[in-house]
Amino acid sequence: MESPQLHLEPSKSTNDLLLEVKGLKTYFHIGKGKIAKAVDNVSFAIKKGETVALVGESGSGKSITSLSIMRLIPSPPGEIVEGSISLEGRDLLTLSEDDMTKVRGNEIGMIFQEPMTSLDPVFTIGNQIVESLMKHQKMKKKEAYEKAVDLLKIVGFARAEKIIKEYPHQLSGGMRQRVMIAIAMSNNPKLLIADEPTTALDVTVQAQILNLMIDMKEQFGSSILLITHDMGVVAETADRVLVMYGGQIVEEAPVRDLFLKTKHPYTTALLRTIPNIDVDLKRLESIPGNVPPAHLFPKGCRFAARCTHAMTKCQEEMPQLIEFENNHKVRCHLYASEGGAIE
Amino acid sequence: MSEREKILEIKHLKTYFPIKGTLFKGKAGLVKAVDDISFDVFKGETLGIVGESGSGKSTLGRTILRLTEPTDGEIIFEGNHLEHLGNRQLQKHRQHMQMVFQDPFASLNPRMRVGQLVGEPIAVQKILSKAERTRKIESLIEKVGLPKEALAKFPHEFSGGQRQRIGIARALSMNPKFIIADEPVSALDVSVQSQVLNLMLDLQEEFNLTYLFISHDLSVVKHISDRVGVMYLGRIVEIGPKHDIYNNPLHPYTQALLSAIPIVNFEKKREKIQLSGEPPSPSDPPTGCAFHTRCPKAFDRCKVERPELIHNESGQQVACHLYSQEDNKKILNAESKILQLTKQS
Repeated sequence: MESPQLHLEPSKSTNDLLLEVKGLKTYFHIGKGKIAKAVDNVSFAIKKGETVALVGESGSGKSITSLSIMRLIPSPPGEIVEGSISLEGRDLLTLSEDDMTKVRGNEIGMIFQEPMTSLDPVFTIGNQIVESLMKHQKMKKKEAYEKAVDLLKIVGFARAEKIIKEYPHQLSGGMRQRVMIAIAMSNNPKLLIADEPTTALDVTVQAQILNLMIDMKEQFGSSILLITHDMGVVAETADRVLVMYGGQIVEEAPVRDLFLKTKHPYTTALLRTIPNIDVDLKRLESIPGNVPPAHLFPKGCRFAARCTHAMTKCQEEMPQLIEFENNHKVRCHLYASEGGAIE
Repeated sequence: MSEREKILEIKHLKTYFPIKGTLFKGKAGLVKAVDDISFDVFKGETLGIVGESGSGKSTLGRTILRLTEPTDGEIIFEGNHLEHLGNRQLQKHRQHMQMVFQDPFASLNPRMRVGQLVGEPIAVQKILSKAERTRKIESLIEKVGLPKEALAKFPHEFSGGQRQRIGIARALSMNPKFIIADEPVSALDVSVQSQVLNLMLDLQEEFNLTYLFISHDLSVVKHISDRVGVMYLGRIVEIGPKHDIYNNPLHPYTQALLSAIPIVNFEKKREKIQLSGEPPSPSDPPTGCAFHTRCPKAFDRCKVERPELIHNESGQQVACHLYSQEDNKKILNAESKILQLTKQS
């Protein structure tokens, strides 16, 4: 019922591309024959050295997208049912589990929202970094230990020699997140996936962590896929933005265009709900209702029930992604007569 | 906010927690979660309290309601001292003061229906008949924007934003005058956040409520507050009218905090003040000004002497030695005299 194969616009120089996700569908079997379409036909690409932000409310499918790229979807109940994910031309979905383990950590690093749950509580900080270096870079233990101290210094620990002997529970949230960055960066990954890396942190520490990620990116030439719901963070760090809603990308644009030439009613609504420190408003705008659950998506536009511009067509027909100049794409019937459909 | 009638006065409030030591050492030290805080809250206003984790803002809120016992200091609500009251008398005053908590998933009993949850405080106070109670509960749930049918359901059947509405309805059931909201929207998505904030503003107008709004989110606090207090390691470092705090922050910590907020602005790039390091542990606070270890403007005096809050003309107060030199010395003296006088009286 959905349009079958989509083709991304032929990129000008394919060599620039680091990651290419095409027609990704990650579904969850949630019992009684019900299927939750958590990620439903998502396509995007990340260029070398680029920071791409993936934004959306909880339940929009942004974290499942990133876990799919890492092939960390728990199966069952989850399953990547269709699509391809290629890293520098290699399809990650067809790799063996052993080869994929090498890709994780070596070529793709990941930072999660809650650093306490992603560090092993029974090993020292040093052990965890050394393990990663010995495994992925085939270093000797002594060499790896020295490298670990250096890495901890790079991420801002003045007392690296002391920290390396401590356990995760002895560190604060910001310190743990810096350790995660040190581990993620220890193998100079080509792609860093950061899933809400600063959400659990205080603003002054958040600023440190974001700066650190940008420094690392510039130093190693990595690309970043930044998953966040904070539009301020997006505006200050991203080159390009993907907006997800109900498992689909509903708008994609260079960061300035997304904020200054917003097209999709959902993006507009999302931007209006943020309390802005520079503007005084009597009342904040809000989006009525909630994201529909992933097993009960309507057949038409998934945002239609909450959209102030919804027309009859929106209830009946799923809008296609339409492309405008400057690689600005939007999934909305309001723009049906303009631009060109790419799906 | 024309009449400035005080609803709550906090004087030199201290809340210390002992740190358990080893078997043989006994008490190992004290966490000074709230360390000598004084401020007033005026009727009908919203006082926002901002601070990072560990700054003691939640403990401050809990201590005011005596959910946590104060170590020292005075809590005066509508002219009545609360700090030494026994349980029964405290309950009488507490019905006018309610709390809305951060986590709407943890703060509602999962085994109780919404009707019971909202009606429980009324039932405890035994002032309404059963029929009156039912009518009251129905009107409350509609006030917070939920259908009557919600009363028969359990908390797990609702989304985060809806649960926070239930929490607010429960707090409102005692017709409180004063509500302490501790991070009420932090667990919610931005689109839902704004719904709950708007609801709180509407209810404030309708019931003439006074809010103490505790949050780490400076944008949210700015939106909802009339005045704002900034906490760092158990102390208020700056407090004043919202526009003064946000447009003309005096304390280097407030300045850094405001500059660190990521903003959407492609025209002007804001200069960021980068703080080094992390907030020190409240169990081992630095001597002198607690912020001196991270302060870009710290000088010798900051390491030894703790700065007191001093006033400027517009009612903005700041605790920083940068402002307590030369010209401001006089103001500082006047301030300490007033402090002495209030202590004597």
